[in-house]
Amino acid sequence: MKKVVSVFLVLIMVASLVVGCSSDSGQGSGDADTIKVGLNYELSGNVASYGTDLSDGIEMAIEEINKNGGVLGKQIEVIKMDNTSDSAEAANISERLITRENVVTILGPATSGNTKGALPPAEQHGVPLVSASATADDVTVDSNGKVRDYVFKTCFSDSYQGVTMANFAYNDLGLKNAAILVENTSDYSIGIQNSFIEEFTKLGGKIVAEEAYQSKETDFRAVLTNIRAANPEVLLVPGYYEEVGLIIKQARELGIDVPILGGDGYDSPEILDLAGADALNDVYYSNHYSPMDTSEEVVAFRNAFKEKFGREPGAFHAMGYDLGYFFADAVERAGEASPEKIRDAMAETVDFKGITGTLSIDENHNPVKAVTILELVNGEPKFLKKLEP
Amino acid sequence: MKILTKKNIYTLVLVLLIYFLVLLLSNVGIIDSYIQLNMVIVGINIILAVSLNLITGFTGQFSLGHAAFMAIGAYASGIMTAKLGQPFIVGVAVAALSASLAGLLIGIPTLRLRGDYLAIATLGFGEIIKIIGLNNDYVGGAIGLNDIPRYTNWTWLYFSVIATIFIISNFVKSYHGRACISIREDEIAAEAMGVNTTYYKILAFVIGAFFAGIAGALYANYFYFIKPDTFGFMKSIDILVIVVFGGMGSITGSIVGAVILSVISSFLQGFPELRMVIYAVILFLIMVYRPQGVMGDKEFKLFNKEGGLSGNVSSK
Repeated sequence: MKKVVSVFLVLIMVASLVVGCSSDSGQGSGDADTIKVGLNYELSGNVASYGTDLSDGIEMAIEEINKNGGVLGKQIEVIKMDNTSDSAEAANISERLITRENVVTILGPATSGNTKGALPPAEQHGVPLVSASATADDVTVDSNGKVRDYVFKTCFSDSYQGVTMANFAYNDLGLKNAAILVENTSDYSIGIQNSFIEEFTKLGGKIVAEEAYQSKETDFRAVLTNIRAANPEVLLVPGYYEEVGLIIKQARELGIDVPILGGDGYDSPEILDLAGADALNDVYYSNHYSPMDTSEEVVAFRNAFKEKFGREPGAFHAMGYDLGYFFADAVERAGEASPEKIRDAMAETVDFKGITGTLSIDENHNPVKAVTILELVNGEPKFLKKLEP
Repeated sequence: MKILTKKNIYTLVLVLLIYFLVLLLSNVGIIDSYIQLNMVIVGINIILAVSLNLITGFTGQFSLGHAAFMAIGAYASGIMTAKLGQPFIVGVAVAALSASLAGLLIGIPTLRLRGDYLAIATLGFGEIIKIIGLNNDYVGGAIGLNDIPRYTNWTWLYFSVIATIFIISNFVKSYHGRACISIREDEIAAEAMGVNTTYYKILAFVIGAFFAGIAGALYANYFYFIKPDTFGFMKSIDILVIVVFGGMGSITGSIVGAVILSVISSFLQGFPELRMVIYAVILFLIMVYRPQGVMGDKEFKLFNKEGGLSGNVSSK
């Protein structure tokens, strides 16, 4: 009996595959009243928090756009799918969004690795793919230096943050000897480190110590003791808030009271819980946007977000929100919702005004965008300066 | 021993028929790139599951490091094809050989362990491979290896899958395979009967690693991009889930498991928030109501010995 059941089960599965496929392709004709945009995000898996924040931001933007009449007289339809934080699955989702759901553009994924997984189908079928947070340099440019025709990003590269912080340390703070504590399991962290070293030594600074840690570690006293021994004037920790919070706390306990520098990975209220307010002084980081910004658009966004979700927006929400408007802006300028026209319009973006700043797309499909430097004072981020490109 | 039995000829004809049918459907566009991509995922999962089944299902050695062999294969082929510009055949060969060499090196010390201890040792091996990948700048470290040429096509995929199934199912039925099964059933009894248990355990490990390396090469040369995180602990668990789901010790079970789980997964793509929840519930229910897996340790046979259609599930 059990044999019969199992064979039956298999037959049903196979049959449903066939039926499922045919019904999917039936919908493919698409109705012309909406413009379909695909969201390929990490909604589960180890970077689910980034993917969820970004897609919440995008959906909020699209909702607003639709309420105001949509673009080109049409409503935007969001088709959201979960790539489970896996790069092969991200490719699978891209393929499905393009061939089955007939989207005109794919937004996402959140991390550089998954974006590199997701982009081959977009290139192959000629559908634009835009990530708001894939900061690696080789996302939009392949290893031969050729620009990928259909891939864009709206965030600055890791290398840009590294260069910015190197200049900030050398010129603004006037410090010459830097130590680095890098998360060597993260492409993001290494990307910032490499460009920081290059720029800082070019300016005339010296790297006195280089140490490494891995994600999910909790005790950094050994590496921090080595760093203390090298006597640096400034410490660069390009990591994510989970570890950075503990690193700053332990560094201050060990008596390392030099300025600590970092990147947008510091942007989370949790860093305060992990490090405590006392330790979070003299900490500077570069970010896409400042919640303390008092410009009209940012305040309006913050209020709308708080009304909808009941909490303060993070940087990823803001970047997702901007990406939604960036897409709508490109469709508007393209004049029709075809992937090629949208691609051309995106490539020609000049001075798009978002809440994370004004951006133009350069010839490498990277944004030219202002970077904000924030200072933590007793754990509270204070707006320090905005560096225009 | 006659090779050209009716059964073998029918099987060969069926294998070739499926190959040309899919080739035809791809050329006329009925099988589009989305279905092709899913066929690649299913094919790679079949190779991984069948090869892990040899180690875990037939030889009874609980390994949690199968993704590490896949990683070695993926990186070996990635280096050969992307960095050194070699043809894909060289990539696949180097991938398979380096993975099986790693299987041999890790197998000799760890396969003297049993049960939980072996599981933990293989787990550690998986982490070591991942950390080596993360710290090796030549292959990009944590940034990963990008722009690997796409060489994996239907021909490579299909014949790799067929070769895996053919070699492993024949191995299991051979003198050596029976020695492996005897280790699973009772290691002490097997040893008392003169079976060199360490030798056969390592043999199963090396063969399993060989095919996992091929799967890694197919993966790297299809998805363009690999990074060490892809082949972490969770990937090993995913492969193990397919094996347990399909049935430990059933090759057809592993094939059925790989197909069913991929189909379920792609169906659930349309329910983004609940996707992994529903997937987990389905796995949970099946394991509660069918703890031995879909096929148990039985095999599904399409042809009986005389070559007629049987379509029955039969015991080995």
